[in-house]
Amino acid sequence: MTPDRSPEDRAVIKKSLGVAVATGLYGVTAGALAVAAGLSVLQAMALSLLLFSGGSQFAFFGVIGAGGSPVAAVASSTLLGVRNGFYGLQVSQLLDVHRWARPLAAHLTIDESTAVAVTQVNPRQQRIGFWLTGFGIFVLWNLTTFLGAVAGEALGDPRTYGLDAAAAAAFVGLLWPRLRGRDPLAVAALAVIITVATAPFVPAGVPVLAAVLAALAVGLPRRRTAHQEVAAP
Amino acid sequence: MTMWLAVLAACALAYALKLAGYLVPQHVLDIPWVHRVTPLLPVALLSALIVTQAVLTNEGHLVLDARAAGVGVAVLLLILRAPFLVVVAAAAVTAALVRAFL
Repeated sequence: MTPDRSPEDRAVIKKSLGVAVATGLYGVTAGALAVAAGLSVLQAMALSLLLFSGGSQFAFFGVIGAGGSPVAAVASSTLLGVRNGFYGLQVSQLLDVHRWARPLAAHLTIDESTAVAVTQVNPRQQRIGFWLTGFGIFVLWNLTTFLGAVAGEALGDPRTYGLDAAAAAAFVGLLWPRLRGRDPLAVAALAVIITVATAPFVPAGVPVLAAVLAALAVGLPRRRTAHQEVAAP
Repeated sequence: MTMWLAVLAACALAYALKLAGYLVPQHVLDIPWVHRVTPLLPVALLSALIVTQAVLTNEGHLVLDARAAGVGVAVLLLILRAPFLVVVAAAAVTAALVRAFL
């Protein structure tokens, strides 16, 4: 950081690093919970390095930890990643990413890097925000995942330390900021009902996939407010 | 081996989705119902995952145990605007204490 940077640059750098540190630290849970669900340290690392999307990672070992099949784990993880495709659409329009940088930009396209970029006014700060937040989280997230996975493996039975409750709490934390407005609340309520109603009768992991019906039931009908829902990051 | 296959498949699919946003022409993804459903997908999946992890047994039956207590504390802390790590750690400590002393 050189002293002659503009105040706008300094502001976006500060914001990016703040988001990167806050998000990067909870990679500890991504490592510990993966191992608690029965994955190896290497598998936990593969998810953080190659999948690199918190929600999808948590969904993957959440389903495995609940006794679900690997196929169900891949399916819920992938469905949770659909939003990243739309972030990519937003970011590529906003940043005008060079053709050769697109594969890398795609990998760094997650909730936080997109959110920091789209909340900047000027193209220069949008670019700084996206890349700095994305890179910062990537480095920290993988470092903390490793620490969490190694620590988790040393701890033994994860239930003794309440790590199964920590997994549930992590999902609550990820859901919380998305619950604004009537539609998300309706989807959440409907998803809970579907999950509880189907769980005794189908294999583990399937109720989570069935809950997608809640999003379709609320989202598919065409309504007058439809165009207002597009912007949610 | 199966687990590795699943891990790598999840990684490949996640990256394909991310890359699609950059490579697919805009009009292909620019369908109104897709835009309405996409932000709701995480809400549905996360809600279902919370129920699965907090109040269901592996056999799919409802049960209120140490996990539910942990999640209750997590919700309370989220209302108080606590940071993510604090929320997750508090849930773990609560569940561990309930198991140790009840």
